[in-house]
Amino acid sequence: MGELLGLPVQASAHAVEVDQLIVVVHWIMAILFVGWGAFFLYTLFRFRQSRNAKGDYVGVKSHTSSYLEIAVAVVEAVLLIGFAIPAWATRVNEFPSEGESTVVRVVAKQFEWHIQYPGPDGMFGRTTLDLITPTNAIGLDRSDPMAVDDLVTINQLNLPVDKPALVHLSTQDVIHSFGISSMRVKQDAIPGQEIPVWFIPTQTGDFEINCSQLCGLGHYRMRGFVTIQTEGEFRDWFQEEMAFQGAN
Amino acid sequence: MEIPYTVDTRADTGLNNVKLGIWLFLASEVMLFGGLFSSYVLLRVGAEAGTWPQGAEILSIPLATFNTIVLIGSSVTMVMAWASLKLRDLFKYRLYMGTTVALALVFLIVKAFEYADKFSHHLYPSESTFLGIYFLITGLHGLHIVGGIIVNSYFLLPGVKMWHTAPERFTNRVEAAGLYWHFVDLVWIFLFPVLYLL
Amino acid sequence: MDNVTTVGHAHAHADHEHELPFWQRYVFSQDHKVIGIQYAITALLFLLLGFTLMMIMRWQLAYPSQPIPFIGGLFGDANAPGGIMLPEFYNQLGAMHGTIMVFLGVVPLAVGGFGNFVVPLQIGAPDMAFPRLNMASYWVYFVGGVVMLASFFAPGGAANSGWTSYVPLAVIATQGQTWWLIGMTCLITSSLLGAINFIVTMVQLRAPGLTWMRLPFFVWTQLVTAFLLLLAFPPLEAAAFLQLMDRLVGTSFFLPSGLVVSGQALEVSGGGSALLWQHLFWFLAHPEVYVLILPAMGIVAEIIANNTRKPLWGYRPMVYSVIFLGFMSFIVWAHHMFLTGMGTYISAFFQTTTMIISIPSVIILSALFISLYGGSIRFTTPMLFALGFLPMFGIGGLTGLPLAFAASDIHLHDTLYVIGHFHYVVAPGTIFALFAGIYYWFPKATGRKMNELLGKIHFWGSFIFMNGVFWPMLIQGLAGMNRRMYDGGIQYQHVQDVLQWNSVMSWSAWGLGLFQIFFIINFFRSIRNGEKTNNNPWEATTLEWQAPSPPPHGNFLSPPEVHRGPYEYSVPGAATDFTPQGQRS
Ligand code: HEA
Ligand code: HEA
Ligand code: CUA
Ligand SMILES: [Cu+2]
Repeated sequence: MGELLGLPVQASAHAVEVDQLIVVVHWIMAILFVGWGAFFLYTLFRFRQSRNAKGDYVGVKSHTSSYLEIAVAVVEAVLLIGFAIPAWATRVNEFPSEGESTVVRVVAKQFEWHIQYPGPDGMFGRTTLDLITPTNAIGLDRSDPMAVDDLVTINQLNLPVDKPALVHLSTQDVIHSFGISSMRVKQDAIPGQEIPVWFIPTQTGDFEINCSQLCGLGHYRMRGFVTIQTEGEFRDWFQEEMAFQGAN
Repeated sequence: MEIPYTVDTRADTGLNNVKLGIWLFLASEVMLFGGLFSSYVLLRVGAEAGTWPQGAEILSIPLATFNTIVLIGSSVTMVMAWASLKLRDLFKYRLYMGTTVALALVFLIVKAFEYADKFSHHLYPSESTFLGIYFLITGLHGLHIVGGIIVNSYFLLPGVKMWHTAPERFTNRVEAAGLYWHFVDLVWIFLFPVLYLL
Repeated sequence: MDNVTTVGHAHAHADHEHELPFWQRYVFSQDHKVIGIQYAITALLFLLLGFTLMMIMRWQLAYPSQPIPFIGGLFGDANAPGGIMLPEFYNQLGAMHGTIMVFLGVVPLAVGGFGNFVVPLQIGAPDMAFPRLNMASYWVYFVGGVVMLASFFAPGGAANSGWTSYVPLAVIATQGQTWWLIGMTCLITSSLLGAINFIVTMVQLRAPGLTWMRLPFFVWTQLVTAFLLLLAFPPLEAAAFLQLMDRLVGTSFFLPSGLVVSGQALEVSGGGSALLWQHLFWFLAHPEVYVLILPAMGIVAEIIANNTRKPLWGYRPMVYSVIFLGFMSFIVWAHHMFLTGMGTYISAFFQTTTMIISIPSVIILSALFISLYGGSIRFTTPMLFALGFLPMFGIGGLTGLPLAFAASDIHLHDTLYVIGHFHYVVAPGTIFALFAGIYYWFPKATGRKMNELLGKIHFWGSFIFMNGVFWPMLIQGLAGMNRRMYDGGIQYQHVQDVLQWNSVMSWSAWGLGLFQIFFIINFFRSIRNGEKTNNNPWEATTLEWQAPSPPPHGNFLSPPEVHRGPYEYSVPGAATDFTPQGQRS
């Protein structure tokens, strides 16, 4: 069924879980649709006026439909308690510790994604409103000791594979939505809040961040890139970028 | 063509049209002010610690207390106006209805002074979210008062003609206007502690 | 009062009516039927406009950044220089399509049009309880519509922040948004006035003998709808005031501190909440979607009972379901907000209520399906549309389920799957039901029938092309294609495989437009040239068919009395296969 639905690649650990729910729900939808559809077509054919000249005052007497409705309710309850709620709980409650994950800040603005890596010290440098300039869009205070080793990129998120990624998501202006379809990740960035998002990339390669919430004229082109690398590649990339940024 | 139950009550529902209509209208008003009060609560709870002022730091409690008494008084005279009609005493009706309108005007005048005082201290709605919601809710309430004044004045002056042709219908209308007026009063009674005291 | 004098009365009034000047009879009329028709025509024109906006948009989606053929030059350099649509203009069209369809098209047609015209007749009332209020609510709606239309000519064009007007985007948007808010305030006020009037009418003016459980199902749906409008709209009005203040007076109800727009810190006091708007908006907008569907279900139920020549199966459970739906619709709103950062408990609550609310819909739809069993089904044009409604609403409803689970919504939220979901409910769903209603009640309003052949062509064309527009949306949505994409999503790698559907959908939309011509011709032609009918051409049971066609001012020649339930078709032993509600046994 997953194939049939044409879901994108599953490039994160929890993608399987999300897809499983989508697939199961679509099975139920298909069963209801086909079942009722068949009944519908049969009645249209069997009870057309030319074949059945007189209506039946009473109609269906059996209680099958009530059982059916109860069955639908039960199935929904099972899906809810068995799949949906636990799956959601792992998304929003069971965050990995900072130590075991790649931690980044993602700051959305019209119409770019700014990504801040804390660097080897594991601490994000301070950012303030006053320092925001066209070249320093997140207002990073380079005089803060913790900012020295920070790396800031635009529209490019690199992550090591098979290691939890913990994203602190925020926005400077309007609501955006941080979506990575291939990883079944999506989270609105709400002004005035910093919201954590986590996932474990399981495939190396290039993926896309798509802004999913209407954020103005450039919403359609607010696209970022995710590159998933092996641990070593990621470290090399980081060094290279640092050197490049230092040179500037 | 006569529309039934404009005056008499329908036996199985126990209501006439106007009365049911005004109750429904008030239900929607409850949702309107309810929406604003909920917004107030959400904004206040969400405000950064220490940024939300105590009403009394900015607003004048004596003026508001005075206004509360004025408005409650006008509710009382409104009931009296309706009761006078029930007792078929048009003179007293006019007296009480006139007082109701006058008290409402007093309320508005006091409110206008309050607003002017805020503005003179550069306390505009854009100054803080507290002031914003204060001006919005009291402003909307003020508009409701204005509406009440218009309706009540109508029943006091030109509308009273109906008394001579259809007294019962007229009494019903005044009753409906009264229900509205009590509601406006009630909103203020919520507003006062929420904005000024808490 | 005996019958003779009443007949005399009605005549006196009919004569009197002829003395009224034109503008009082047709323009500022207080007759519920005239107002209903005014509502219906205005709303149909808005539907056509909303659809036209979408047909223009679909060009850009299918052929991004190619000049719009034929009409591209009309939009001016601010919107489409050289005939090529700008993103600004695309966003305006999208926001206004949604707004117009929902608030100026479907609701006024379903509630203002059908509610006004049919409800007083079906309950045997001479008019609405407050005729003057009724007139006022139409005119306030009209003003709201004019304001919305005028907003296209405001500097920067019409509102462009989606029909949801999410903040802060809407607060910093161009002037059109202010017009949108003012227009919405008018529409809300109009709906409130209407809702009060409907409820009072249905509670107070039911004919003698018309007890609650003898009400036609359509009346029930209108009653619940009126309560939804009455109680859900005011919070949006409050929200509109808050947003107006933010835009005009400089407050920051919806603006938290520290916003930076285009590199500049926003000069506001801050301290507001962006999510507050969403809560207030969806508190209205979820009940609103049931406002869109309930009257449609009511129309379909009437037509199915009539064209199967048998009583509705499960009338009582259906009534209880509608009431329950009404209640529940107030506590599911946050299922539109799963991805705004919602914890487990709150999301569990809203997922559960959303599941619960799907059950009454399942009951109603099942009951309608089962009603067909044992019928003697006539495939008239209204029946075709009503039958078309059933599976289409089914698909729309079923696709609501994967959205209702927060975990699967991660993938589907804000994709075209959502767009597909609700269009299945509102377009081939509600719009079909509304078409069905027009074909069904047209003879009552005019004394003439619409043409059956043109009607059937209209149905089949619409049925095929509606699916051509909306089915691919589900496919694209599952592949992860976002909604509100000015270029149809061509930049994204992960949706390349489903891009070819864009042009299929667009051509379907234009095909759909083509088949509406059959309807428009049929509609206007039949007013004068349609086949004449008697008062009850469908041999129906409910009270409206007891009145003359078209009914005079005051509706009934003698005050109706009700002796039985609404759908006494094929009663064993009865002389005809229908026993009208008003017929003495
Ligand atoms: C009339 C309109 C209408 C109706 C009736 C519904 C009905 C439902 N809706 Fe929908 N919805 C919208 C209009 C509507 N919706 C709109 C406009 C939006 C988007 C707004 C925006 O963001 O712009 C939306 C968005 C929306 C979301 C948010 C998605 C997102 O943004 O991520 C969710 C999530 O829970 C949802 C759920 C549901 C559910 C569970 C139902 C249930 O009530 C459905 C219950 C019905 C059934 C379960 C069908 C039963 C079927 C059978 C018994 C068998 C069928 C058989 C055959 C077909 C043969 N809807
Ligand atoms: C009731 C609501 C409703 C209805 C009926 C429709 C109907 C249609 N909608 Fe729309 N739509 C919305 C509500 C609705 N829509 C909303 C809320 C959005 C989201 C907006 C946003 O992003 O903010 C949306 C978004 C939306 C999009 C996505 C845009 C995007 O994300 O970028 C698309 C794309 O194809 C679309 C297409 C259509 C089409 C082809 C129809 C067709 O089905 C139209 C069919 C219309 C008719 C058949 C008209 C019939 C009328 C006549 C024939 C008139 C006759 C006149 C006389 C006799 C006088 N709609
Ligand atoms: Cu950012 Cu859409
Ligand atoms: Cu909803």
